[in-house]
Amino acid sequence: MTSRTLILVELRGGNDGLNTVIPYADPLYRELRGSIALPRERTLQLDERVGLHDKLEPLMDSWKAGDFAILQGVGYPYQNRSHFRSIEIWDTASASGQTLSEGWIAQAFQGTALSKGAGVDGIVVDTNSVPLTGPSLRTIVMQDAENFLRQAQAMKTTPAMADGGNPALRHLLNVRHEVNAAAAGLRDKLRDTPPPAFAYGKETGLPSQLDLTTRLVVARVPVVAIKVALGGFDTHANQTPTHERLLAVLATNLVILRKNLMAAGRWNDVLVMTYSEFGRRVRPNASGGTDHGSAAPQFVFGGGVKGGLYGAYPPLADLRDGDLKHTVDFRGVFASVARGCWGLQRDFGQRQPQRLDFLA
Amino acid sequence: MTVRLHRRGFVTGTAALSAALWAPRPGRAAAAMDFDEARHLLSRTAFGATPAEIRAIEALDYPAAVDQLLATFRPTAATAAPGWANDGLGALRDQQKAMAKVTADGRAVQVQPPLQEQGRELRNWWIEEMLATDQPLVERMVLFWHNHFTSSLTKTYYPGSLYRQNEMFRASAFGNFATLLKSVARDPAMLLYLDGVRNVARQPNENFARELLELFTLGEGHYTESDIKAAARAFTGWSVDRETGRFVERAGQHDDGEKTFLGQTGRFGGDEIIAILLKHPRTAETIVEKMWREFVSLTPDPAAVKRLAAPFRDGGYELKPLLRALLLQPALRDPANRGALIKSPVDLIVGTVRVLGLPVPEKTQLARMMQGLGQSLFNPPNVKGWAGGESWITAYTLLQRQQILRRIVEATTVASMEGMGGRRMDRRQAQPAMEDTQQMMEPRPVEGRSLRNSSGAARLGPTLLGVDAATLSKTLLPFAPIDAVETGGAPGAVVAAALLDPAYQLK
Repeated sequence: MTSRTLILVELRGGNDGLNTVIPYADPLYRELRGSIALPRERTLQLDERVGLHDKLEPLMDSWKAGDFAILQGVGYPYQNRSHFRSIEIWDTASASGQTLSEGWIAQAFQGTALSKGAGVDGIVVDTNSVPLTGPSLRTIVMQDAENFLRQAQAMKTTPAMADGGNPALRHLLNVRHEVNAAAAGLRDKLRDTPPPAFAYGKETGLPSQLDLTTRLVVARVPVVAIKVALGGFDTHANQTPTHERLLAVLATNLVILRKNLMAAGRWNDVLVMTYSEFGRRVRPNASGGTDHGSAAPQFVFGGGVKGGLYGAYPPLADLRDGDLKHTVDFRGVFASVARGCWGLQRDFGQRQPQRLDFLA
Repeated sequence: MTVRLHRRGFVTGTAALSAALWAPRPGRAAAAMDFDEARHLLSRTAFGATPAEIRAIEALDYPAAVDQLLATFRPTAATAAPGWANDGLGALRDQQKAMAKVTADGRAVQVQPPLQEQGRELRNWWIEEMLATDQPLVERMVLFWHNHFTSSLTKTYYPGSLYRQNEMFRASAFGNFATLLKSVARDPAMLLYLDGVRNVARQPNENFARELLELFTLGEGHYTESDIKAAARAFTGWSVDRETGRFVERAGQHDDGEKTFLGQTGRFGGDEIIAILLKHPRTAETIVEKMWREFVSLTPDPAAVKRLAAPFRDGGYELKPLLRALLLQPALRDPANRGALIKSPVDLIVGTVRVLGLPVPEKTQLARMMQGLGQSLFNPPNVKGWAGGESWITAYTLLQRQQILRRIVEATTVASMEGMGGRRMDRRQAQPAMEDTQQMMEPRPVEGRSLRNSSGAARLGPTLLGVDAATLSKTLLPFAPIDAVETGGAPGAVVAAALLDPAYQLK
């Protein structure tokens, strides 16, 4: 059975896909985007139609090496424009009008027998753990390995004790049990792992999260997924400087992750995937920003990835209420990941999920 | 489980007799609560409760205790406002500029940037008020509104506006929701937070309109995208004066055209939109559901919510009768409901400091603990506020909570808890070095008294001094401890064991 660790990178707030992967050859791009259009000379050409924002330049090594796939026009029908609802739709692989409580990764592992060796199946290094939440996975949220282990040691083990039908107490005792089990599994593995060979950036958030991710992967902690996040993409006003800064943070740190995992011989064993609750509206607003939109590209990296462009860029001449029409359903992407990463055939509620062939 | 005091059984018998023969004694009501029920009511309506506070109401019957909680209301904070609280936006800009000049000259003067410093003072002011207030239920409501009508320092860059918003919430704590909603739509912090200031006729900004419908009133699924667009147009021109920082209506930027909103058509302005929302049954239900989760349990009873929401709306959205009805819900009084809510970081920190009677001259450390546990006051994570409930407890935050409590056990003043939270928490501070300079330099009282090993009662603060071991445990925990810890009955050890028990995380 194929077994890779998925490294899920949430771009929180709704990343502007149109200024990430730019349909530079379409004259409508400049016309519709106006003041926030990226100049042609700053677009890194990927083919005769689309290119990357030049702040993503560090990723070009990966593109040239052929382990960087770009999934274009990913979204879902009946786009919901609420941050909270739309990220929930993504995280639980639900339809727009459907509410599910379990995360999509937990759903994928329903009915499977995971090895109980490490005491933990999924690790969330940011704060949103929904994709990994469900009874099939033992997921812990951990932001600093050292502190985690030191503190876990000081915590009591849960005695076999009824929770008296109190759901709050049950939750508390479950979390305590997970911490104890995870600490027992992680302690030995992390103890002898050296720091990453290449240091991550100084910004708060993503760089330190990727540092911990690197240690976990290098220590061969056998988890199905690790989740990190970069926030700040909700660019309603004066978008350009903020968005460019975020793209630069993303690219520079992802490329360090790639170098670290290659140096450790682990690059073939991971799949790195970005996602965001939605893209942004095609036309900018009066504040030099963009409002909540629809479809956007996703990035996928890894030693087993077949690089290139997948799916079709949504045509700018055919918008719905000023928004892009998605060409790839995100549940098809998840189905491709479930098969390519974990060897699981999952359709996430779709009769015939449109799988993308980005994994060997 | 411990053997509980079944005082109620005894009282009921007496009361039956009393009703027939003579009026109840003034000291003890006919259907007096017992210690555990009095504690339960205070755990939901205050920030922790001391043995004395519990005993002060246990002789009342439950409805009388609820009425007493709602009887007194002071619309302003007892704690003195920070000096800059009423500064305009122009004054704040001038201060920022003056500061920039100092550093440009290269002088080695250590000055706090006004924004960070004011944010720190603002948090400390509110924590001080929560600790000192004689009307904790009012502060609970202020916190409730802060989590409903969210605004943050990181988006507004204007601490004065957050201070005034907080005062507005306090003034409306037991007031009227309809009035509050109208004030919120004109509130400068809200106009800055949800881009109302950018909402102009030429290009409407939908941010406030969307959250007004999705989060503040109707809830998802009860409106369409076109309702949001119509509402956004109706609020165009509601803005903030660049100098005074106060609400201003700019007629020239208002879209006076016809709008269709929730099936009604007219040349609506903001107040007409709000009036339509207030007529919608979902608005009252949204508020009642949220208050249920805050005060009663994690799972609102849909039938009970409807029963509470209808009179709330029909009665013109008065909050006091709603609070009273909510606190009298059998679901809240049910003994099985004790300990069914998870303490928020504010509950945990403020409650612990209050109940232990810890001297905390400087509140910055407390604000940091809350931040480390996921609740930085005046900086909710997003417009939806803190999700609360089970999401307060993750592997990460549970470990942090235990660590904080362990340190409180080891050192009986919070001021001596240097290095609290480790590197991780410091790194997440906006200006850790700056924030630290002032407090860290001062000599701190390091008392090194440990509750854990103390044998006598002398080490406990005045709130717990002289209280017997059984009462200490019943004060600190909603039910019997989960972990069996051998305390030997020494009060200090009993308190330490209770604070570190999982049940202490519940209220």
